[in-house]
Amino acid sequence: MTPTPTIFAPLFIAATALFIWSCWKRLSLTALGRPDNRLDNIGQRIGDTLSYAFAQKRVLAKPSGLIHVAIFWCFLVLMVANTEFILHGLFPGLTFTKLPDGIFMPLMQMIDVVSLITLLAVIAAAIRRAVSPPYPEARTFEAFFILFLIATLMLANFGVNAAKISRMQGSTLTLAESIMPISSWFAPYIPSGAGKLVHDLSWWTHALVLLLFMNLLPLSKHFHIITAIPNVFLRRRDNPPLPEREEFNAGNSFGINQVDGYTWKELLDSFSCTECGRCQMACPADQTRKPLNPRGVIGQLKHNLMANGPLLKEGKAATTPLIGEGDASISEEAIWSCTTCGACLQACPVFIEQMPKLIPLRRHLVEMESRFPEELLNLFENMEGRSNPWGIAPTERGKWATQLGERPYEPGRTEYLFYVGCAGSFDARAKQISVATALLLDKAGVSWGMLGKDEKCCGDSLRRLGNEYVFDKLAKENVALFKERGIKKVIVQCPHCLTTLKNDYKQYGIELEVIHHSQLLLHLVQDGRLKLPKQADLGKLVYHDSCYLGRHNGIYDEPREALALATGTEPLEMPRNREDGFCCGAGGGRMWMEEFTGDRINLVRAAEALEQQPDTICTACPYCLTMLDDGIKDLRADKVQVKDIAEIMAEAVLR
Amino acid sequence: MLIVACIKQVPDTTQVKIDPVTNTLVREGIPFIMNPYDTHAMEAALQLKDQFGCRVAVLSMGPPNAEATLRKALSAGVDRAILLSDRVFGGADTLATSKVLATAIAKLNDEVEPVGLVICGKQTIDGDTAQVGPGIAVRLGYQQLTLVDKVEELDLTNKKLVVSRKLEGRHERVQAPLPAMLTVVRELNRPRYPTVPMRLAAATAEVEVWDNNVLQLDPQTIGLKGSPTWVSKIFSPERDKGEIVGDGYADPEGTVDLLLGKLMEKDLLPL
Repeated sequence: MTPTPTIFAPLFIAATALFIWSCWKRLSLTALGRPDNRLDNIGQRIGDTLSYAFAQKRVLAKPSGLIHVAIFWCFLVLMVANTEFILHGLFPGLTFTKLPDGIFMPLMQMIDVVSLITLLAVIAAAIRRAVSPPYPEARTFEAFFILFLIATLMLANFGVNAAKISRMQGSTLTLAESIMPISSWFAPYIPSGAGKLVHDLSWWTHALVLLLFMNLLPLSKHFHIITAIPNVFLRRRDNPPLPEREEFNAGNSFGINQVDGYTWKELLDSFSCTECGRCQMACPADQTRKPLNPRGVIGQLKHNLMANGPLLKEGKAATTPLIGEGDASISEEAIWSCTTCGACLQACPVFIEQMPKLIPLRRHLVEMESRFPEELLNLFENMEGRSNPWGIAPTERGKWATQLGERPYEPGRTEYLFYVGCAGSFDARAKQISVATALLLDKAGVSWGMLGKDEKCCGDSLRRLGNEYVFDKLAKENVALFKERGIKKVIVQCPHCLTTLKNDYKQYGIELEVIHHSQLLLHLVQDGRLKLPKQADLGKLVYHDSCYLGRHNGIYDEPREALALATGTEPLEMPRNREDGFCCGAGGGRMWMEEFTGDRINLVRAAEALEQQPDTICTACPYCLTMLDDGIKDLRADKVQVKDIAEIMAEAVLR
Repeated sequence: MLIVACIKQVPDTTQVKIDPVTNTLVREGIPFIMNPYDTHAMEAALQLKDQFGCRVAVLSMGPPNAEATLRKALSAGVDRAILLSDRVFGGADTLATSKVLATAIAKLNDEVEPVGLVICGKQTIDGDTAQVGPGIAVRLGYQQLTLVDKVEELDLTNKKLVVSRKLEGRHERVQAPLPAMLTVVRELNRPRYPTVPMRLAAATAEVEVWDNNVLQLDPQTIGLKGSPTWVSKIFSPERDKGEIVGDGYADPEGTVDLLLGKLMEKDLLPL
């Protein structure tokens, strides 16, 4: 059947209409979301789109990403070819042959070669998915079928061209062979006289598969072909991603328990997921067999939106709960399993925001339903009543420093507030970090003071656990106190205090200059204010990145540099380090919760550290220290010590 | 049926200091909390409300600032919060306190709705007498069931209940007719955590204040004048200064040996 517009045009119009309708049906649901301005910093957004969407920076973080990059770039070229294919189908007179030779010939050559690359890349992708899939469930029919369709398109394209070439002679043939070298390979295999049949068959195969492919996009994970680039452009630009503040007025509701509680961009995320599984492979909860899978959460959100969206649009009530069991709901255990480590955010090639979607669900459970794991009741009451997780009397807070004498922060006279934090004030082991830090500050002649019994918890755990109401009270009290005392520069030894004071409190109108002790100690050595008379002899030392120091605040180098100076050698690295660092298991308030399901995260991380056969594991966070210390004890590796960076610096400076 | 939970605002125990001169608590700057046992009493009342649809009132006798604790009760979901506050109620011992509380309960029973249950914490953490609950029961002629760790059965038609009492080394299952007064232990339940909407509603809800104009009691029988108990001295017991033994981080095994040696020396180990 000769290609003819009489048949192709109605097919094309119907397929396009169906495609637009499917896209609209989905994308229009994002309008249910709350407003959120994602059009600020246009220049940076364009830059991000170029480097992350077009140059695929994050896709390339894994070797298999190369296949994707090949397919992506080939698709851009083939879009030109397919536009011609469709135009030609609709208006037979319109073909590339109308172009000047200088454009026509290289274009044809490029399309021909790119088609081969695409075919090879698709075969490679299929083999990779079959042999070593990113996660076992990734071997879906859909994934293989789409690859099959792409391969079919390439072969049909070769078929069309080869059939044409097989009927050519003389100089036309020579020209055709030079501009379609790949297609020419196939031409000799076409029996003489079958040229037209092969051409028409290939042409219609190409046409129908193309229209089918287009219509499968919105129905599948391949919708990302349309949504991923805008999703990168519309990414969140704040790091760390701060949760929104809540207004505690009567009549308000708190947190999210219905899909339209998210912003439109958060809903768009659900249509941009390619199910590549990188978030899942990086997620400490998923990797220790807990029921939280960030990829799953995004999928559940999509299914929930598809189920409830049409109802909500008509003003009817949602029928599928957002929080609950099933593939269109997010389970409570998943919600509570998150350590807020941010590895998912770091891993996602298209900047889907997985972790920040869970906090509002926690808020709903805590603030609206008072439903949370039992262990948290004590925590919440201790935080509210005594402003520390353990419920120890606030009057005890400054006692770790008794032997250092009175060290009050005096407005106008003291340079730095040493904000010790709850762990550094009350936890027996972490108090030693406080002492080491204080002694080093004194040795360097730093002007510092503390708030003593007036210091309150920063509220980090409360905020990550969704108890925004109590966090809000604590934050307001702290900010008022800081303002009253004229505090501007703050030293912390806990990355959770760091991020809360530095980032979260900005929402409360205070910009503090907060420095982590690992940074300050390095600066003091570099400035010559701290001398290193001997190198700390701690044997082989491996450094563990705290998520809130690293991923949330970008502090990777200073602790390593400080350690190299203190010990004379670069610290050892675990396989998962820096941006890819693996959580200790204590973030997001998990410090205060039991871990009943799967493997214990701290044991997994401690084992990874022990693989480097260290004598010392260095942490820069009191929670990490507790988790890894417990981990190595459970693994019976008692000879390995876990030390904070300040203790290691103190070995070099003070001993 | 109305259930009355009696609650008391107490100083946060970990922070209590005693003024050596006046023999009274130093209250300045000390945070107040709801007596922990009373939180379980209130929770028991609220659970029965959830189950049977009874109404719950909380009563507290105390100074005007005890209103804060009553607001907490409102945020947990009680229907009515009444503060019994009057200068003439001040300085009361357990006898005078139970008189005021019992009078208020009787008033609720007569004028509002028949009272079926009064629930108190087993004792307060500041006075530790455990006398007020039983005092109320005796004055009202109610059955008293102390140290309850489980309400096994509440039969509103036949007006009776069955509870488990937690005694030393054993439990006792007791049936009693209503109305009854229960004192409860911590094991009874896990107090609820108030939702934010409830907290916000409680912030503007009414805490009723009843003074002696409402209760009409003879001033000689209440407050300091109606209290035969006299406190001669309150003090924190002296404790011998301890000793830091070894360094558990540097040398855990040596430290354990040292500790065991010391304990054995003093014959403190049951060997």
